[in-house]
Amino acid sequence: MSIFTIARLTFLEAQRRKLLWAVLLMGLAFLILYAVGFYFTYRDFSRQGATLPRQFFEMANVLLLMGLYVVNFLGIVLAVSISVDTIAGEITSGTIQTIVSKPLRRWQVVCGKWLGLAVMLSAFVILMCTALMAIVWFIARYMPPNAVQGTALIVLSGLVLLTLSILGGTRLATLANGVVVFMLYGLAFVAGWIEQIGAFVRNATAVDIGIFVSLLMPSEAMWKRAAYLMQPPFMRDLGITPFSSSSAPNDAMVAYTIGYIVLTLGVALHLFQRRDL
Amino acid sequence: MVALNPKPPTGAVACGRIQPIETHELRKVYGNTVAVDGITLSVAKGEAFGFLGPNGAGKTTTIKILLGLVHPTMGQARLLGHAPGDPAVMGRVGFLPEYFRFHPWLTATDFLDLHGRLYGMSAEQCRRRIPQLLERVGLADRANSHLGEFSKGMAQRIGLAQALLNEPEVVFLDEPTSGLDPLGRREVRDLIRELRNDGVTVFLNSHFLSEVEITCDRIAIVKRGRVACVGTLDELTRGSVEVEVHATGLTPELQEGLGRWGRILSADGDRFILAVEGEEVLPAIAGWLVEGGARLYALSPRRLSLEELFVRIMKEEA
Repeated sequence: MSIFTIARLTFLEAQRRKLLWAVLLMGLAFLILYAVGFYFTYRDFSRQGATLPRQFFEMANVLLLMGLYVVNFLGIVLAVSISVDTIAGEITSGTIQTIVSKPLRRWQVVCGKWLGLAVMLSAFVILMCTALMAIVWFIARYMPPNAVQGTALIVLSGLVLLTLSILGGTRLATLANGVVVFMLYGLAFVAGWIEQIGAFVRNATAVDIGIFVSLLMPSEAMWKRAAYLMQPPFMRDLGITPFSSSSAPNDAMVAYTIGYIVLTLGVALHLFQRRDL
Repeated sequence: MVALNPKPPTGAVACGRIQPIETHELRKVYGNTVAVDGITLSVAKGEAFGFLGPNGAGKTTTIKILLGLVHPTMGQARLLGHAPGDPAVMGRVGFLPEYFRFHPWLTATDFLDLHGRLYGMSAEQCRRRIPQLLERVGLADRANSHLGEFSKGMAQRIGLAQALLNEPEVVFLDEPTSGLDPLGRREVRDLIRELRNDGVTVFLNSHFLSEVEITCDRIAIVKRGRVACVGTLDELTRGSVEVEVHATGLTPELQEGLGRWGRILSADGDRFILAVEGEEVLPAIAGWLVEGGARLYALSPRRLSLEELFVRIMKEEA
């Protein structure tokens, strides 16, 4: 019960701080921009003489994945910005003292906050992915394969960052936490491309570096898995788009990421439990 | 020096009754700093207990340990017979932290409702209790104002309301009158007295001597993480009496002998100030001086005020 009260408070806080509304408005602005851009690009493409349905699907798929890539990035930015201050800030201000001294366990406070933010983040990502796919469907009558799994993986990518930022908040001050989490994301991003290029030029060391960093920070791997699943098989096999992955993460990596999130949250609970407030 | 060993109230532990607040050799070390250095104390049910000391004496850390917010380095603490922070007991406890702050975007009513939920109160209980409490802390007309608009004094009052939501058996108040004007202070003092009359155990952290003097049954003076003395106001101030001795014709032997009756605090010609254990020794001192051949002009006892006791303890070297 207490978990839900904390989750509700966390949700309300994001709402009252106008964070939620700002994100929704910016998301809407992005969708409008995307719809206009997609419409004109797609129309010009058909005017330039493309006739085969496959050519249209390839075009629509690449444009959709570009849009989803932005949603993935927005999800990550949202995940960090809503969670970076939620524990660290309340410890600094002392607000946490009146909460933790109530008849509840400390783990309930952390889980409640995680739950509230995770619901918010998931809702945002699902809403944005659905809207993007709807735009593409209305203009090009195209729906990517594995839309549900792909969306779930993008949600998972954001949840990795959210959970890491909650973990950081139990030990670090807000600013330091934000810097560390974004740097980790940057590391995974760069390593993802190193792995991609390494696979393309068949350099085993580069691929290994990419895999190693993905294990440390699996958010980018989830995006790569989503992009892999949401392309038609012939496209991903040809490796003709920037989103094709010659070394796409497999299902084991998805299971690893879920385990990673659970473990990270567990460590956060443990650290918060031991911390003097 | 006053009787300085912290002792539990007479009979309480002997009867085996569980005291609402008990600590044993509590110690908390942060790096190289010792915040709490072996505090043993016991607070009886329905007692208003004043924890008096300068800033940095370890008062807040002690409260935080009792509430389970801070883990002690050593020693034990029990709150209503349970380990600090145990949810089974935290529902019977209220807490107003020092520098109380809360989400500025919540209204007074929403804030209390949220805390009511955290206490496990039903919506109906919250609806009934919140207006009563707002009335009690003088914020009935600000029920729908945001906490961000509150002055420091109003924030302190809403914090106080929060601490009383669950009709607690034990209330911890950490500097509850800081930021309040004289009228607000008086209201808080009245509230503490009301709580005590209702049988609530109050643990009051304060560095305002008058506040503690007026509201508390027993007082502990803390200095550098240690309890320097504990007792009722009467016990603390009775324990040490300063006597001004004005006598002439004092031989060096008599002057030296004075030190056996108590501690000589100052000597100025034929005037001495002597700290003795109690007024009972005064006739004996007078007799001894006269027998020794001194001419005694005055032997005036002066009982210490809490302030004098406090200042004296703070000035004493460890």
